[in-house]
Amino acid sequence: MSDKLSRRKLITTGLGAAAGASGLAVAARIASRYGLIPPDHRGIYGVGETMTYATQRLLTSHYSLAREFSRSDISSVAPVNGEPPEYEPYLRQFAEGFASWRLTIDGLVARPTTFSLEDLKRLPSRSQITHLACEEGWSFIAEWTGVPLFYFLNLVGVLPQAKYVVFFAFDKKFDSLDMFDAWHPQTLLAYSMNGQDLPKRHGAPLRVRVPRQLGFKSKKYLTRITITDTMKNIGSGQGSSSPDKGYSWYGGI
Amino acid sequence: MRASHRLDSARFSALVRITHWVTTASFFGLLVSGFAIFIAHPRLYWGETGGLGTPYVLAFPLPFMKGGPSGWGRSLHFLSAWVCILTGILYVLSGIFTRHLRRNLLPEKANLTWSSLRRVASNHLHLRRPTEEDSLHYNILQRLTYLTVIFVFFPLLIWTGFAMSPAIVSILPVTVTLLGGQETARTIHFFLSSFVIFFFIVHIAMVCLAGFTTRVGAMITGHRTAKVARP
Repeated sequence: MSDKLSRRKLITTGLGAAAGASGLAVAARIASRYGLIPPDHRGIYGVGETMTYATQRLLTSHYSLAREFSRSDISSVAPVNGEPPEYEPYLRQFAEGFASWRLTIDGLVARPTTFSLEDLKRLPSRSQITHLACEEGWSFIAEWTGVPLFYFLNLVGVLPQAKYVVFFAFDKKFDSLDMFDAWHPQTLLAYSMNGQDLPKRHGAPLRVRVPRQLGFKSKKYLTRITITDTMKNIGSGQGSSSPDKGYSWYGGI
Repeated sequence: MRASHRLDSARFSALVRITHWVTTASFFGLLVSGFAIFIAHPRLYWGETGGLGTPYVLAFPLPFMKGGPSGWGRSLHFLSAWVCILTGILYVLSGIFTRHLRRNLLPEKANLTWSSLRRVASNHLHLRRPTEEDSLHYNILQRLTYLTVIFVFFPLLIWTGFAMSPAIVSILPVTVTLLGGQETARTIHFFLSSFVIFFFIVHIAMVCLAGFTTRVGAMITGHRTAKVARP
């Protein structure tokens, strides 16, 4: 009796394990085919990162929008994490009101372009009141004004092989988004916060706002944007400066 | 005859045992990583937003551990959460299929009375060692507790976890709007975790009371190790 039972259990367990293994193999094939593997997919934590990223990419559509709030919801306190760059060129340009600051967009584009702050402010703008959640646990709501990233992508003519948009900052750090978030209508290059020029601590003169991801993905102090088909040659190849410090590349959570 | 058959046959099925230990591992992963994330900002808020300089619900006298533990903490939290959720789905589906949930966890009507509840609770509170017969099946208090942890706490933890995800909230805004805000979700997530930790402590205490080696042995091998239980 117990012999029979254990044999049946053995077969059931074996079948279960086989189903699990083949399920994983199928999942891996689908993931690599549809670009569902994040740049920081290596290591034991990479397994979790990949599962989370792939699942959310399969579930989120371009039409899923972060919530937008009304002016009365704007937080009176807007904390920040990290200090502005203590980098001489940054301090000098800040003192000059960023008159000589330029944003360069290059890489896999038909027309690499450089913009001054004045140029940016003349482009079609959009304001959005969104929630910014820091990975640490605190959060605030603010109104950001700027130019949607998709506007720039169209302007410079992104080539079809593009896979990532990489943001470089004054503080030598970088971060990147996949094209999915780059084309998203709420992904904004913001030069203004709550109706005023972006404060120093909030990323003056220009930051990206990605309301469908945690705060650390909204890179501050931008100087250059590069469009690429691989993250391998940039930094340690994990998509941003964050994974080196243990923070995942994808911050949709 | 029936009793001796039950003594010989497996106390816990292989699936229950495997999912139990995988869940245990993922529980420790979630616990350690949850704490690592929490100490980056050991304050709890209510509503949509909160931070230093705003009103809070609870402030722990802990230093703010910035720029470190919350990084690997979040990676470990999500890895463990995936293991926990997939194991949980496997457990519940197989539990329905093999009638484990109905047979072993659903309270028997006869026991769902105040007097029966009071008797079991009193046994627990007086730290009475369960008899051999007691350890053959779950008592009413165990059934209700396990069902609550599996079907109330874990789903609520997953829901409040989802409500903290900007990407998931963009797909299903109700995950956060029903709760009243992202910081509320974080606070509820914290207290639910505390309940599960409390359950864990009581669970271990009860296992110790019933005989740690015997009970852990039963959950590993699936059989009651009668030799150990006998004096």
